[in-house]
Amino acid sequence: MSAVSVEHLVVRHGDLVAVDDVSFTAEAGEVLALLGPNGAGKTTTVEVLEGYGRPDSGRVRVLGHDPATERDRVVGRIGVMLQDGGVYPGIRPPEMLHLLAAMYDDPADPDDLLARVGLTDRARSTWRQLSGGEQQRLSLAMALVGRPEVVFLDEPTAGVDVRGRQVIRQIVRELADGGCAVVLCTHELDEAEKVADRVVIVDRGKVVATGTLDELRARTSEEVRFSAIPELDVDALGRHLETTVTEVSPGEYVVADPGHDSHLTAKLTGWLANHDVALGDLRAGRQRLEDVFLVLTADESEPDVRRAVASGRRRGTGRRGRRS
Amino acid sequence: MTALWAQLRTELRLTLRNKESLLLTLGIPVGLLVFFSVVDVLPLDDLLGPGDEPVDVLAPGVLALAIMSMAMTGLAIATGFERSYGVLKRLGTTPLGRPRLLAAKIGAVVVVEAIQAAVLVPVALLLGWDPTLHVLPLLGAVVLGTAAFAGLGLWMAGTLRAEITLALANGLYLVLLLLGGFVIPLSELPDPLRRFAEALPSSALVDLVRAGFGGTTGPGRAWLVLAVWAVLTPLVAARTFRWSPAR
Repeated sequence: MSAVSVEHLVVRHGDLVAVDDVSFTAEAGEVLALLGPNGAGKTTTVEVLEGYGRPDSGRVRVLGHDPATERDRVVGRIGVMLQDGGVYPGIRPPEMLHLLAAMYDDPADPDDLLARVGLTDRARSTWRQLSGGEQQRLSLAMALVGRPEVVFLDEPTAGVDVRGRQVIRQIVRELADGGCAVVLCTHELDEAEKVADRVVIVDRGKVVATGTLDELRARTSEEVRFSAIPELDVDALGRHLETTVTEVSPGEYVVADPGHDSHLTAKLTGWLANHDVALGDLRAGRQRLEDVFLVLTADESEPDVRRAVASGRRRGTGRRGRRS
Repeated sequence: MTALWAQLRTELRLTLRNKESLLLTLGIPVGLLVFFSVVDVLPLDDLLGPGDEPVDVLAPGVLALAIMSMAMTGLAIATGFERSYGVLKRLGTTPLGRPRLLAAKIGAVVVVEAIQAAVLVPVALLLGWDPTLHVLPLLGAVVLGTAAFAGLGLWMAGTLRAEITLALANGLYLVLLLLGGFVIPLSELPDPLRRFAEALPSSALVDLVRAGFGGTTGPGRAWLVLAVWAVLTPLVAARTFRWSPAR
């Protein structure tokens, strides 16, 4: 039995189909990332798993139970980190952790947890006095109080500084290594790449790819990517290489390489040299997850989407980035 | 420590830590009681029995006001912000459950009311208050009044955005302070306004609390009005309450 299973989940918000036939599983001991742009349906999916919403169709199971109808069998065994905290504005970190600890049969020690997320010296501050990163770390600690078997983390590192991210990533890793199933929503590729064992890429409510990082990277490796100045004559280059070349974003080119042409790189660099074009960088074979993501979530009818997604990633969103 | 006890302690701790809420639940009632007992500007003569001082009319009114301030305004504002901060949503994923959360909230309101009484009663006695206690009707009135105002407060908190709840709960407090008969006798109001005010839970509660401290059971009409409100508002609140933040 999978710790979490989602089968053909559909959730509608009025006329909008927020989640459209999504299926995946998460196993004990692994970190599963739901990766997708804002508005892809990640938060809605996780909310159904947490028991907030009922599916319009499809079936979800958490530890073998329906979280909506068998709430009592689920809530004591899951840990939740909401995107927006969910903490009394006037409460102090140890008070919040002690409050939650009283609700579980065998809770973790709140003071140990506080030390683990590095907030011991902020024990006298109220929630609203904490920085965004500190609030995220407290939220993470809150998810761990009940010694959960399944943890849902919604954008756990949003608005967190580099050191805070390291702390959070390490805790997530330790959780999985301790046998917990971790389901993590993120719109940041970096994050998925750094912490996830498996990734489910969602876009506009649909799953567009599922697999380990290696599997996903291998999926689209029948191509060579390079960067140079924008607006090269891709048709002429394509004729020279006897394949197709596309400019996926300004100055970013993809050369189709279905036959794994062993002279492709040499021919490409030769053509660029003849045309006095400096080569930025060149990647063949293994893709970065970002490239996979951009290819999979690009919509042919909306040529700007790839660029929008890419710049959205660089810009990031604030801690209170709205639900997705 | 059980979940219910921990939740009750948290509710109380946060209420007592919040200075605005203390001003509302204790500061204003004490201030009104002392000011109008000492400065004789209110037209209280109609309500005064033989040998009564203004404080004999004011003390029950201010105690009733204290109930409204905590059960309606205090509860509405706190719950509204807990909802908007996602606290209610977050607690929904714990084994606490809604019944225990509600029980903790009710418990916190009752404890604060006890604290309010423990402060206001000695102050009133010092000012010369001489009550004749009629315990059972008084308790009944407090329970019904708390239910009616808590229902109103949770109705706001569960349906409106926190900022609107804050404004409305304070605005309603001010309107009812003037129209509720807490300190200004209803007989001073012009006729249509007076009849409207008589149908409000505030005036019914004031009548019954005043009766309870005057050794009587109070008018049946007031019991009926307050009972209707006490059933109606919690029902509406329960039916309309949204646990997740407003979108």
